[in-house]
Parts: sequence; structure tokens; C-alpha cells
Amino acid sequence: MKFGVLQFPGSNCDQDAYHVLANVFGQPTRYIWHKDATLGDVDCVVVPGGFSYGDYLRTGAIARFSPAMKAVADHAQAGGLVIGICNGFQILCEAHLLPGALVRNKSLKFICEHVHLRVETTESPFTNACRPGQVLRIPIAHGEGCYFAEPAVVDQLQRENRILIRYCTTDGKITAAANPNGSVDNIAGICNEGRNVFGLMPHPERASEAILGSEDGRRIFESILWTGAAAETPAPARR
Amino acid sequence: MKAKIIVMPKKTVLDPQGKTVKHALESMSFKGIKDVRIGKFIEVELAGRNKAALKKKLDDACHRLLSNPVIEDYEIVIR
Repeated sequence: MKFGVLQFPGSNCDQDAYHVLANVFGQPTRYIWHKDATLGDVDCVVVPGGFSYGDYLRTGAIARFSPAMKAVADHAQAGGLVIGICNGFQILCEAHLLPGALVRNKSLKFICEHVHLRVETTESPFTNACRPGQVLRIPIAHGEGCYFAEPAVVDQLQRENRILIRYCTTDGKITAAANPNGSVDNIAGICNEGRNVFGLMPHPERASEAILGSEDGRRIFESILWTGAAAETPAPARR
Repeated sequence: MKAKIIVMPKKTVLDPQGKTVKHALESMSFKGIKDVRIGKFIEVELAGRNKAALKKKLDDACHRLLSNPVIEDYEIVIR
């Protein structure tokens, strides 16, 4: 599967994402500069974490207008896969590719720690290699990761099974204490209506090798690869 | 002409900054503070004299960039 990793001035998880896709999973991966108006031949776009344009005004607010993001919107519109991690999630919300917004953590603190996430549905290209209800241990690192959407929007996300992961306890319970940043309904990651755009605050690329303390992030990338493999395998001939 | 734009978090959105500042004011023994909310103030200098047309332009700018309608409300004053 061919991956493209976006680079904005200030991106700092781009190389981690590239490393995991190219070196850990051995996939053809390349960088896409924010000024590029075309993405080239890619199946899945990664909008990485870090900062973008200083995150002036609001996180992701300026990045949204970059030429590359227009190409990402077209890619998403055509059904291509897009995964936005951390600042990437914030950008996807600002670009209206995902509903809601990410605001200051309730504690006002920048939080950098491993958290537990419950896989709420495996019916997505980003979670189909997980078990339903599986608990993943993946780090977060953000100051503005508090997911907010109006109650009607959250209801719709719930109804349409678009909340893919929630912050939970080690044994998979959704509690207020397990919510690190004040996100509504413990939401850590959601997908769009077409299920091909996924935004999440946790960093799966920082949890894809044993030396980093957790390999649970691999499940997310394996799901994407599985989705790609299924698309490339022709349907068996009928007898 | 100059426009002043005030962007505030919506009432339904958590404003931990406002809350923290309220606590700080209270700890300085400021009495009777019911609520504190913190937003942004943006000043824009504009060419042209047509107030209505400028307001319309700024409305569009506020809607698309200067505020995020999901979490913020804005107010424009031109003079």
C-alpha cells in the first residue's frame, strides 16, 4: 500500500510516521510538502502530529488552507484513506473533513503519557484488525485534545457507529477518571460518514515497536494494510 | 477604517482558562465574580468606506478563518 505523509512547517511526528510505515511495515512511503497541490500516487494519506504554521489563531486553522490540504480533501472525497494523528486530527476538523473541534485540555496541562483506548467498532478501515472492545495502550501528547461537538453531533456519531476509539481504564471501562483531557463522551477518535477519514489524538506511530514500550499502535496500521490488501485481491471466480 | 473583532468560546464549550483566572481573582480576594471567560481580540485595518460591504467581507472571514463556528461566537465592530 502506498502512503503519503504530509509535512507542514512545524510537523514533528512526520518522521516517526514515515519510519513506522517504511521501515517497520516495509510499505512504499513518501513525504508530501504542504505546498504541493497534488498528492501523487498514494492510497493512504497521513496527516501527522506536531504543529502547523505555529498553530496560530487555533490549532490547524491555517494548515487547513494549504494546497496539500485541498488535495487531501479531493482524495477523501474520492474515497481515499486519510488518517490524521493529533495535530492531524485538529487539522481534519478545521478542514471540515471531520465534525467537531479540539479545544484546550480541561486541566490546561500538556499531557504526555500512555493511555488506554477501547476499540468501539471494528467496522472501519482503521480498526478492522482489532477485536471488538480490545484495549490498546498508546501514548498521547497534546495540550489541545479535548474533543468537543454539540450533543446532536455526538448522538449522530454514536448512532452511525463513527466513534472508533474511546479513552478507558486498563480493563476497558469508560470512566471520567480515564478521560485525560475532558473530551465529550471520552472520545479519542472518530471517522467521517464515508468511514475513510479517521482522526485520533493518540499516537499509534509511537507505539509500533517493542523498544518503545508498546506495539498496540500496530493494530491501527495493520487495519489499514488489511483494508488495502482486501481492495487489491480480486473477488474469487464463481463456479 | 478599523474593525474590532471579538471571538469568544461558546457557552456550551468548556473554558478552563476562564475558570482558572476566576479562581486566581478569588484568591486575590476579588469579591462577587460570577464568571470569567477568555476569548480573542482581533484588530483589522481596512481599505474602503462602505461599512456594510466591509462588514459582509469580515463576516465571511470570521466564519471561515478568524473563528471556528463549532466552538466560538464572534462580534464585529467597525468604525
